[in-house]
Amino acid sequence: MNSSSTPARAQAPDDAALGPAIWLILCLIAALVATIATAASRDALFQFEGYIFIAAFVLGSFGLLAVITRGGFPGQPDKYMDGVIKAGAIATLFWGAAGMLTGVVIAAQLAFPRIFYLPDAGFLNFGRLRPLHTSAVIFAFGGNALIATSFYVVQRTCRARLFGGLLPWIVFWGYQLFIVTAALGYLAGVTRSQEYAEPEWMSTLWLVIVWVAYLLVFLGTIWKRQEPHIYVANWFYLAFIVTIAILVLINNAEVPVSLLDHRSYPLWAGVQSALVQWWYGHNAVGFFLTAGFLAMMYYFIPKRAERPIYSYRLSIVHFWALIFIYIWAGPHHLHYTALPQWAQTLGMTFSVMLWMPSWGGMINGLMTLSGAWDRLRTDPVIRMLVVSLAFYGMSTFEGPVMSIRTVNSLSHYTDWTIGHVHSGALGWVGFVTFGSLYCMVPWLWKKKGLYSNALVEWHFWIATTGILLYITSMWVSGIMEGLMWREYTPQGFLAYSFAETVSARHVENVVRLAGGLMYLSGLLIMIYNLWRTIRAPSTEREAVPAVAPIPAAAE
Amino acid sequence: MAERETDAHTGVETTGHEWDGIRELDNPLPRWWLIIFYGTVAFALIYWALMPAWPLVRSYTPGLLHYSDRAKVLRDLAQLKAQRAAEGAKLQNASLEAIEQDPSMQAYALAVGQSIFGDNCATCHGAGGLGGKGYPNLRAGVWLWGGSLEDIQRTITYGVRSGDPKARVSQMPSFGRDEILKPEQIDDLTEYVVSLSHRPANVAAVRRAAPVFAANCAVCHGADGHGNRQVGAPNLADGGRQWLYGSDRASIHDQIWNGRGGVMPAWGHRFDANTIKALAVYIHANAGGQ
Repeated sequence: MNSSSTPARAQAPDDAALGPAIWLILCLIAALVATIATAASRDALFQFEGYIFIAAFVLGSFGLLAVITRGGFPGQPDKYMDGVIKAGAIATLFWGAAGMLTGVVIAAQLAFPRIFYLPDAGFLNFGRLRPLHTSAVIFAFGGNALIATSFYVVQRTCRARLFGGLLPWIVFWGYQLFIVTAALGYLAGVTRSQEYAEPEWMSTLWLVIVWVAYLLVFLGTIWKRQEPHIYVANWFYLAFIVTIAILVLINNAEVPVSLLDHRSYPLWAGVQSALVQWWYGHNAVGFFLTAGFLAMMYYFIPKRAERPIYSYRLSIVHFWALIFIYIWAGPHHLHYTALPQWAQTLGMTFSVMLWMPSWGGMINGLMTLSGAWDRLRTDPVIRMLVVSLAFYGMSTFEGPVMSIRTVNSLSHYTDWTIGHVHSGALGWVGFVTFGSLYCMVPWLWKKKGLYSNALVEWHFWIATTGILLYITSMWVSGIMEGLMWREYTPQGFLAYSFAETVSARHVENVVRLAGGLMYLSGLLIMIYNLWRTIRAPSTEREAVPAVAPIPAAAE
Repeated sequence: MAERETDAHTGVETTGHEWDGIRELDNPLPRWWLIIFYGTVAFALIYWALMPAWPLVRSYTPGLLHYSDRAKVLRDLAQLKAQRAAEGAKLQNASLEAIEQDPSMQAYALAVGQSIFGDNCATCHGAGGLGGKGYPNLRAGVWLWGGSLEDIQRTITYGVRSGDPKARVSQMPSFGRDEILKPEQIDDLTEYVVSLSHRPANVAAVRRAAPVFAANCAVCHGADGHGNRQVGAPNLADGGRQWLYGSDRASIHDQIWNGRGGVMPAWGHRFDANTIKALAVYIHANAGGQ
């Protein structure tokens, strides 16, 4: 990057590329296509999804009409575009509550199957609710958090308004539509039955459109930037956006049964399908839940602590090491299966080598606080961000350990895996998101601070206790069931039936439910706290902040 | 662009970059971080040298140890087979009765049977063999297809309505659904079946139903309703506590109307003969066989 090339960048193409009128026409066409497809189809589930698309496009058209009658979308190149980020923050909280509530429900189903098994309401069965839970927390809660914070961070660190006029709003609402079609589809029975890749082709196709738009907004904003360099958070966001696009396209390579049928056949079959699926699945963890949230960490921790990032060099080295090594690690999900052993070896060894590149992010985050350690005592938000890094460090150490084949032969298919995932999901992804939202909401809505720091303390302690209950109970239950599965009688037959290993986990399942309930309670406290924060009187009259002037140009 | 400056707290220079107030220190990579990273790389290199690791055009690098998962599995299975064979061989030539009477063979059969039952039979018959609606209770002494050792062995081997040529097969007609009998006749028959167990019933209905029962039901269930194990027809005069589909009036009516019958798989395709012998002895011993 040449630092003398800045002024020309600012002249790059800008907003109003697509006016609301063109969006309205596109939206009406989409509504028409959806209506025709729905009317022509004889597949009830396809029609079910069709109705959702029709409703969304009709509502969207009304929304665009309202924008047009109000005199068009305000294109203010000198102001940051914050409305869509506010919407994203609210959506994050909404989907977080929905996804975690679903998690609590399925935890209750596992702990008390006699009470929460509902044969008359098939759509509430574990098999339907489980993908709803995982998708809602990962893609709806996590995805909205990533989109919202990336829009916030990229504008501030590039000192440029979001690219594309209305496009960021299209990305936001388009992503919500993807979530709704996928989620309601699961409940109705529309699924590809591949973990974390359940949405059928109609939803996936829509996601691809939305994701390309997201990439355009992000790249366009970086293109317009008035900074000579691209900040590290934006490298991570960009890696996340680009890689997720590649992963989704390849793992969802499929042929619909017909263009009017919700089902599809994947292009991959047999062990190739398994390998592609877990290449996708593991890199969804790597690039969605790790790279994306590291980007959040790289902005909100130094910003909140008001300290410089510990090491520029470490950020470069661990970024490229993470990107290069993560992509190989997927086969560790297929140890001791039909997957050739050499592929298992590569999956395992690359996972082990991934340990330090992962920890690079933790070190950079934690060491950024040197000189501000006292803030741990006084600022519960900082504490939340720091504990998120501690959980990040713990689960990125546990992951390589579990990828070692001998360890995996005990841990695989057990609750240990569930515990591992949740120490990452609740501890790292959840806490770094909560910390970032606690920072971002008062900044976005121009408030002096949060409504209550005491409530953040409550949130922190209740949720931390909940996580500890969750992961310790899953360690106990996972190791127990792993040992029970491999126990043989002296005669050479299995010592325990599967049903016995299930009932042996009852107490742990109850403890897990309690942990999950506590974590959900913490989130509800946060929602209340942020709602009161938003409703508090503003410190500034001006709602939308100006793009910060370039220091050099301010002479 | 900001200039490089020295951070007051750490004494380290910044890189001179700044974004929205965020600066970066110019710290080197932590030594311990780098050393552990190189350590994991070394581990990977050694592991690749020893184990199957990299794909080639038509094969892969086998590693210095020439270790193979497939070979390991085959060795494990052979070892398991040998472990089972010693005691299992004794079962091979022994009759079921002999197994039951010989303490050492019986102990072996019970251990094997318990292990097999838990993962295969308990799914329907329950972990304790107590059954459920539509699935027979194995501990009540009610044996639709006979409760001797040989009867149990045969039922396990070939199943019930399993499609196997030697399966136990019978089919109760759907008297209502297929319009074999009139709805009023089925109402009457319900009362009749209730009365067979000396439970209070509508006397007039029972009287009307007697010839219908004799013409349609007695062929399998017997003139007195005591059932017939040759066709798996349950005893209708035993109070009904173990009837598969329930013994209240609604359940009886439903069963006459629809004539349901369950399916049990033929396990002879899944287990060897010794295992089935052991399972038969286990069920016979633990579940009140006859």
